[in-house]
Amino acid sequence: MTDGDAIRLDVLRWHPDRPAAPWWQSYEVPYRADSTLLEALQTIKDALDGTLTFRWSCRMAICGSCGCMVNGRPELSCHLLLRDLAPGPVRLEPLAHFPVIRDLVIDQQDFLEKLPAVGAYLVPAADAEAAPDTPSRQTPAQMAEYYQYAQCINCLLCYSACPQYGLKPDFLGPAALALMARHDADSRDTGGSARKAARDAESGVWDCTLVGHCTEVCPQGVDPARAINRNKTASARDYVFDLLMPGRRR
Amino acid sequence: MVTAQTPEVQVIDCDLVIVGGGGAGLRAALAATLADPGLDIRLVSKVVPMRSHTVAAEGGAAAVLRDDDSFEQHFEDTVSGGEWLCDQPAVEAFVAACPRELSQLERWGCPWSRQDDGRVQTRFFGGMRVQRTWFAADRTGFHMLHTLFQTSLRYPSIRRHDEFFCTDLLVDERGLAGVLGVDIAAGTPVVYRTRAAVLATGGAGRVYAHNTNAGIVTGEGMALAGAHGVALRDMEFVQWHPTALPGSGILITEGCRGEGGLLLNAEGRRYLQDYGLGPPEPWPRPRAMELGPRDRLSQAFWQEERAGRTVATPQGGAVLLDLRHLGAARLAERLPMISEVARRFLGIDPVATPIPVRPAVHYTMGGIATGLDGETTLPGLFAAGECASTGIHGANRLGSNSLAELLVFGRAAGEAAAAWARSAPARAGGSLQRDAQAHAQHWYAQLTGDRSAGQPRVAELRTAMQAAMEDGVGIFRDADGMQRACQTLGELRARYSAGLALDDHSRHFNTEWLSAIELGHSLQVAETIAHAALARRESRGAHVRRDDWSARNDENFLVHSLAYCDPEGPPRIEHAPVRLTRSAPAERSYGGAGARVTLD
Ligand SMILES: Cc1cc2nc3c(=O)[nH]c(=O)nc-3n(C[C@H](O)[C@H](O)[C@H](O)COP(=O)(O)OP(=O)(O)OC[C@H]3O[C@@H](n4cnc5c(N)ncnc54)[C@H](O)[C@@H]3O)c2cc1C
Ligand code: SF4
Ligand code: FES
Repeated sequence: MTDGDAIRLDVLRWHPDRPAAPWWQSYEVPYRADSTLLEALQTIKDALDGTLTFRWSCRMAICGSCGCMVNGRPELSCHLLLRDLAPGPVRLEPLAHFPVIRDLVIDQQDFLEKLPAVGAYLVPAADAEAAPDTPSRQTPAQMAEYYQYAQCINCLLCYSACPQYGLKPDFLGPAALALMARHDADSRDTGGSARKAARDAESGVWDCTLVGHCTEVCPQGVDPARAINRNKTASARDYVFDLLMPGRRR
Repeated sequence: MVTAQTPEVQVIDCDLVIVGGGGAGLRAALAATLADPGLDIRLVSKVVPMRSHTVAAEGGAAAVLRDDDSFEQHFEDTVSGGEWLCDQPAVEAFVAACPRELSQLERWGCPWSRQDDGRVQTRFFGGMRVQRTWFAADRTGFHMLHTLFQTSLRYPSIRRHDEFFCTDLLVDERGLAGVLGVDIAAGTPVVYRTRAAVLATGGAGRVYAHNTNAGIVTGEGMALAGAHGVALRDMEFVQWHPTALPGSGILITEGCRGEGGLLLNAEGRRYLQDYGLGPPEPWPRPRAMELGPRDRLSQAFWQEERAGRTVATPQGGAVLLDLRHLGAARLAERLPMISEVARRFLGIDPVATPIPVRPAVHYTMGGIATGLDGETTLPGLFAAGECASTGIHGANRLGSNSLAELLVFGRAAGEAAAAWARSAPARAGGSLQRDAQAHAQHWYAQLTGDRSAGQPRVAELRTAMQAAMEDGVGIFRDADGMQRACQTLGELRARYSAGLALDDHSRHFNTEWLSAIELGHSLQVAETIAHAALARRESRGAHVRRDDWSARNDENFLVHSLAYCDPEGPPRIEHAPVRLTRSAPAERSYGGAGARVTLD
C-alpha cells in the first residue's frame, strides 16, 4: 500500500436513539503510512461524518482515553499506525465488556467506582503527611517494589481482555488490583489493612483465573497478572496467619 | 425558556465549584476540602480528571532542593527568563512555596526519581543555573496527576461530575453565582448554583495548528472569565517549545537536553553557538547552548530554517536532537517514554539515531489576571494553573515552573475560595435559573444548524483560525502579519456567529457540538492573543518582532497587557505596570558565564 491509497475502516456504531441494534458503517480514508488510527478517525469526524463518536485527548498514549477494539483486540487508537494495519479493512468496535454510551464511547463508571472501593490511593502515616516541609526518603530498591504498577494509565484495555470481567462485572479486575498492589508495595503506605477486605472478598483477587490476557494487552507494561499473583500470595498468607493466630492484629 | 430543543436546566446547589480536573483543579479541590471539610465541593471537568492535559507533562517540576541552590537563584532565573515582565512579589511567593508543595506530593505518593540513598533526584532544565527540576522519569505530569487524583479519592466531600462541559459562568449583583454546562453523556443542561468557583481549565495551545497540547486544550476558561469583564493578561506571550515531532507536535521533553542531549543542524553543527548561546563545550553548561531558554532556542531554529540548514522531513524542516552518547542504560532509566515515542511514531531508536524535532506551540504564558490567592476582579471567581496569570512567567516561562505553579497556586486558590464560600451568602431565587435557561438556549440552538444554508463545518473554521495564528502571530511577528491575523479572526468570529453546519443533531455525547462550543471560546482567546501582540510595540521574551519594534523597550513596555473581551467586536487592549521588587531590568544573557557542571 502506498500513501494516498484509501484504507477502509468498518466501525460498529450504536446510538441511544436507535437502541434496538448496533450497525456497521464503512469509511474510506486516505492512507498514510505514518498516520495513527486516531488520526484516521479524526479525518472522518472533521471531513466525512461528524456523527462518528469516540474519545481522545493526548494523542500520545498517556491519557488513556482512546481505547477501542481493533480487529478484535483492545488497543489505544493513538498508538497504532496505519502502516501496521494495512491493507485493511480495519474493524473497530467499542471496548468489550463495557456498556456503550455511543459508538466507540464506553461507560467507565464501574471502574471509577472501584478505585475508591479498593483504596487505590496512598495512605501516608499521619505524622508524615502533616509535616511535608521536605520529602521523605525512598531508595530506588524500595521504589522498584511498586514502580511498574504505578504506570497504569487507566485505559481499561485489560478489562476488555479479561474473560472473567466479561462474565462477572463485579470482579475488581486487573487494573484495580494492580493499583491495590501498587499502594500495598509502597514503603510509605500504611493503608494495607483497609485494602485487605476488598482484596479477599469474593469479587476480589480470587476471581482471577490466571488467563494473563491483561498483561498481553497492557500498553504500559504494568503486568497486572503479576500484581494479582502478588495479591493472591498476600491473601493466602493472611488466611494462613489468621488460621494459626486468630485475633492477630494487622 | 424551555423549548423543544432546550431541555429544562437542572439546578444543583453547592458551596464551591472547581472547573477542571488537571493538576491545578485537583490541588485546589484538595486544599479547599482540607481547609473546610464541611463544604459541598463539586469538581467538574470535561474529561475524567486523570485524562487532563497535565498527564502529558514529561520533564519535571521546579523547587529549590540542593544545597547549592537558593530561593534567590530560583527567583533570578525566573525573572530574567521572563525578561523582567514577571510580577516579582508573585515570583517571591512562588519560589518559597515550591519545596513544600512538591514535598507534600511526595508524601501523598508521587514516585519522584531518587538518588541511591533515597533522596529526591534533580535535573537541569533550560535557563537554570542549578539542577532544580524534580522529575518522575519522563512521566512527571502523569505521576503528579495520578497522585493528586488518587489522593482526592480519600475525600468524599469532593464530589465529581466527570464529563461535564462548562459553557458559561453566571453572575448576579454580588458576583459569581452559577456555573452552567452540559452533562455530556445525557446532553442535558445543568447549572451549579454556588458561592464561589475556581477556574482551572488549562491553556489554549490548540488555537494554533502545530502544538504539543492535548485536544482538550482549547482555552474555554479564559473566555468564560473574559465574558464577565475579567482581564486576560499578557496573552501575546505564547511559548514555542523548541523540540516537538514534526507533524504531530508530540513533545520531546527538555529533560533530554537536561540529561545532556545536543541539537544539530543539517550540517551536523551545534548551531546554537551562532546565536549567542555558546561556547559549545562537550559538557553541559547551565543556561548555555542546549540549556538556553525556550524562546531563544525556538527563534534560533526559525533562523536556521530560513537559512536552509534544516533536515527535510515529510512534515517540514527539522533539526536533530542527538541522545546517542547518553547510552542505552541512561535513556531507559531517565527517558523511557521519549525512547518509546521515538520508536513507535518515527521508527527510530534514539540509542542509535538522532530524533528530528522542530518548534511547536506549547504553553500560554498569559491568562486570567489573578492575585496571589487566585482571586479575580469578579467577586467569588478564582483561577489557577495554566488558564491563570499570576504574573510569575513574564514574557517567557521557564520549563518546570508550570507544574510547580499548579500546586502552589492551585492550593492558594482552593483555600481562598473555600474561605470565600464560607463567608458569602447562599444564592437562591429563580433569576439565576432563568438566566441559565437563556444561556443554554443559545447553545442548544447551535444543534440545529445544518448545511442547507451553506454554513461551514466546525473543522473548516477551526483550521482557518489555526492558520491565521500560525501565519500572523508566530515565533517572529510583524505589524502586517498581525494585522492580517486580527482581520481574519474578526471575519471568522462573524462567520461563527452566523452559524455552523453540524452533521450531528442529537444530544447524547455529541462531540461535534462540543467542539463547536469550544471553537466559539477559542476564537475569543485567539483574538486577545493577536490584538495584544499587535499592541506591544517592542520585542521581549517570546514576543519577537521583525519590523520597527525589534528591540526591547523598557521605557514604554515594561507593562502587562490587559485584554478585555467583547462578544461582538475585537478585544480592547490596555496596559498596566509590572510590579518590581528587588531585580531591576537588565541585559538578558545566556551562554559563556555559567560554570562547568558534572551530571550525576
Ligand atoms: C506535552 C507537554 C509537556 C509539558 N511538560 C511540562 C514539564 O515538564 N514541566 C512543567 O512545569 N510544565 C510542563 N508542561 C506544562 C504543564 O503540563 C501545563 O501547564 C499544566 O499541566 C496545565 O495544568 P492545568 O491544571 O492548569 O490544566 P490541565 O491539566 O490542562 O487541565 C484542564 C482541566 O480543565 C478541564 N476543562 C477545560 N475546559 C473545560 C470546560 N469547558 N468544561 C469543563 N472542564 C473543562 C479539563 O477537562 C481538564 O480537567 C507541559 C505541557 C505539555 C503540553
Ligand atoms: S493495567 Fe495496563 S491495560 Fe490495564 S488499565 Fe492499566 S495501563 Fe491500561
Ligand atoms: S489519546 Fe490519550 S491515550 Fe490515546
